[in-house]
Amino acid sequence: MSAATPPPQEDLRTADREAYVESRRWGQLSRLQTIGVLFLFVGGVLVGRVAAALSGQEANFRFGVGGDAPTLTFDPGTVLLGFGVLYLLFGAVAVGERWTRRWASIGLIVGSFLVVPMVLVAAIGLSPKDSTNLVPILTESIRLGTPIALGSLAGLWSERSGVVNIGIEGMMLAGAGIGFTFYAVAGSGTGGFPLFLAVIVAVITGGLMALLHAWLSVTFRVDQIVSGVVINLLAIGVTSFLRQQVILPSGVQTAQKLPVIDLPLLHRIPIIGDGLFSGRPIYFLMFVIFIATHLLLFRTRWGLRVRSVGENPHAAETLGIDPIRIRYQAVVLGGLIAGLAGAWFSLETVGSFDDLMTNGKGFIALAALIFGKWRPWSAFGGAMLFGFADALQTRIQFLDVTVANFPVPSQFLQTLPFVVTIVVLAGAIGHAQPPAADGVPYERSR
Amino acid sequence: MSEERRSAKDAVDLYLRLQPVMVPVYALVVAFVLAGLVMWGTGANPFVAYAALFRGMFGSVDNIAGALERSTPFIGASLAVALAFRAGLFNIGAEGQLLVGALAGAWVGTWSFLAGVPAVIGVPLILLAGVVGGLLWGGIPGLLKAKTGAHEVIVTIMMNSIALRITEWLVSSREPLLLLDTSSSVPRTAPIADGFRLFGFGDTVLHGGTVLALLLCALAWFTMERTTTGFEINAVGLNPHAATYAGISKNRIVILAMGASGALAGITGAAEVSGGDGFLLPGVFANIGFDSIAIALLARANPFAVIPAALLWGSLLAGAPTMQAQAGLSIDLVRIIQALVLLFVAADAIVRWLFRVPEGGDGRRAFASGWGA
Repeated sequence: MSAATPPPQEDLRTADREAYVESRRWGQLSRLQTIGVLFLFVGGVLVGRVAAALSGQEANFRFGVGGDAPTLTFDPGTVLLGFGVLYLLFGAVAVGERWTRRWASIGLIVGSFLVVPMVLVAAIGLSPKDSTNLVPILTESIRLGTPIALGSLAGLWSERSGVVNIGIEGMMLAGAGIGFTFYAVAGSGTGGFPLFLAVIVAVITGGLMALLHAWLSVTFRVDQIVSGVVINLLAIGVTSFLRQQVILPSGVQTAQKLPVIDLPLLHRIPIIGDGLFSGRPIYFLMFVIFIATHLLLFRTRWGLRVRSVGENPHAAETLGIDPIRIRYQAVVLGGLIAGLAGAWFSLETVGSFDDLMTNGKGFIALAALIFGKWRPWSAFGGAMLFGFADALQTRIQFLDVTVANFPVPSQFLQTLPFVVTIVVLAGAIGHAQPPAADGVPYERSR
Repeated sequence: MSEERRSAKDAVDLYLRLQPVMVPVYALVVAFVLAGLVMWGTGANPFVAYAALFRGMFGSVDNIAGALERSTPFIGASLAVALAFRAGLFNIGAEGQLLVGALAGAWVGTWSFLAGVPAVIGVPLILLAGVVGGLLWGGIPGLLKAKTGAHEVIVTIMMNSIALRITEWLVSSREPLLLLDTSSSVPRTAPIADGFRLFGFGDTVLHGGTVLALLLCALAWFTMERTTTGFEINAVGLNPHAATYAGISKNRIVILAMGASGALAGITGAAEVSGGDGFLLPGVFANIGFDSIAIALLARANPFAVIPAALLWGSLLAGAPTMQAQAGLSIDLVRIIQALVLLFVAADAIVRWLFRVPEGGDGRRAFASGWGA
């Protein structure tokens, strides 16, 4: 390289190109090819060793309980042989990145997510049991993914308008805590109208926390990370304080939760109906909010304004849009959604409030948002993956897997979704481009 | 007459020059006054509460030692976060790195063939184990970020979860028996041999980990301010494009900074095992990662400013139970105080506005700008 090499042109993909050039300097294999080699190895092990060892058995995936539940009977060895061949194929496509182009990364994404069913098949093959019920783990995944998905939307609205939101956790916790405090005081935990009002209170609490975030980071141009951490600390302090001073003295231990709703007709669909179309209100609202977010963000004038303010607020202001106003609106909207996510914890799922109840889910939501590259449906996918991680943790007992008479610790299987996340992220998604003005305080041009 | 006028002018000059320095002081005062109003609002006497809080923090030698001991892991962990901030990286994974470092230390400390080693060998060995563990747990996100562009925020959060699960297994598994102390009723690791224990200070809970943390701060300051590597880290953090253009390999710095950040957290974890209980109780580091982010922000990612910030943080937590016992206020009030302190110190725009202090000319580092880099 001579000193006369011109600097790379400044465009959206500069970071990608830098990473690419650097990867060439680092070694012979590119990012995709490295993961491709990993896939070839996994495929080789499956075809060469595992499939033969597990063939000739019979395993059942059951969909529901009872004798007449639909059952999928298969030979784990044969199925794993199929998985192995697929992995060899995906690996080869990735290694031949130069010729296969975009099929390489598609193959890697598909292959990475196939790890989950593959491990389920391998687990049942290695387990002394020969049948397991898959429905609960699938429906639990979506249910437990609900607060994560809502949290990621809270982040999405804020960050699409250019305000980094690390305070999702705090907004959710505040919603959960203050909503339940209201419920305990005003409704003494017996359901009915106060419960409904408590959800509203939770939503408004999230919005108020977001208003604080906007006031600090938009009006005072405080560093947005600082402002988010302040929100988190404040929420921990205020909610724990309220629990000590108000909730515990009120004597409301376990309160009535939001009721289960059966969607008419739909919940009668065999197998999935009971799990998917029978649930509590916030679970259903999550889907509505996702559709609304998509439409609002991509199909309305206001959504376009939010996106333009997040990408280039100065250009937006030139066109007569007030970036400050739009940022306030978007951040507060996100906060309202986060407040609803908070209500999921205390009012929909548990029926009480514990200190630090959100347990880091706000940060997982942030991970889902970045994982989904700040796009609603991709973030939804990420949230469901993490929901699956939670479902695995609670429903792991059915997988008492043994390898060569040696029990595989359930914690290993629990780490699986996190490992898959890292592999997908590193192998197939790579650099995520946030909204260009994300994190940059806006100063009005004079 | 003119003499008088000049001295008046000098006084005004001095006042104006002192104003920016006074901002953190004003900020602390505002935070404590506001928290006092909150206490007063709940019907408590803020003066009694603060008196109790300060007694809990500094009331006796034991209290001071307790506060210092409580602050020690915060110093190391927030130093780790601060170092990553300097390179424009957001390390949310200090908790996992601390845990893996502690785990590595707790493991090495129970190796039977090393049971009789003197402390001169044992202590460096256990600290080295912590460094290796933390380096691994911090280095992987750095490596992935550099080679594939995987966002360090996600990877460090995932690594936290993985570290928690693996620790849970290692510490609770009976079949095979790994690190579990079977004689204990709670799942925790077996005690490390005496040769691996860091020195303590008399009968107090204070141990050599505090000294180590202070040394690490000095080392980090020297590296950041007096070495080429430190300059490169700063350059990448302030403007990665300019740094690349100047011939600095951004990827090398990213790996280096994340690895060093992890190593700092890891050695802190091992020092806690070695100087503290002598075993690892999982869950002992819960939430420390998020606290250390707040402390690093409070210190504006400055290695020396981390020390007073962490001391303030740890002492407030250590003093809180006394406040609860003597003034009847919930310990969680300390969290509100901490939030207000961070708000007014790190976000000094508000205090400047309140006290009419003009904006200082010091180049402010924007933490949030590293988000997409």
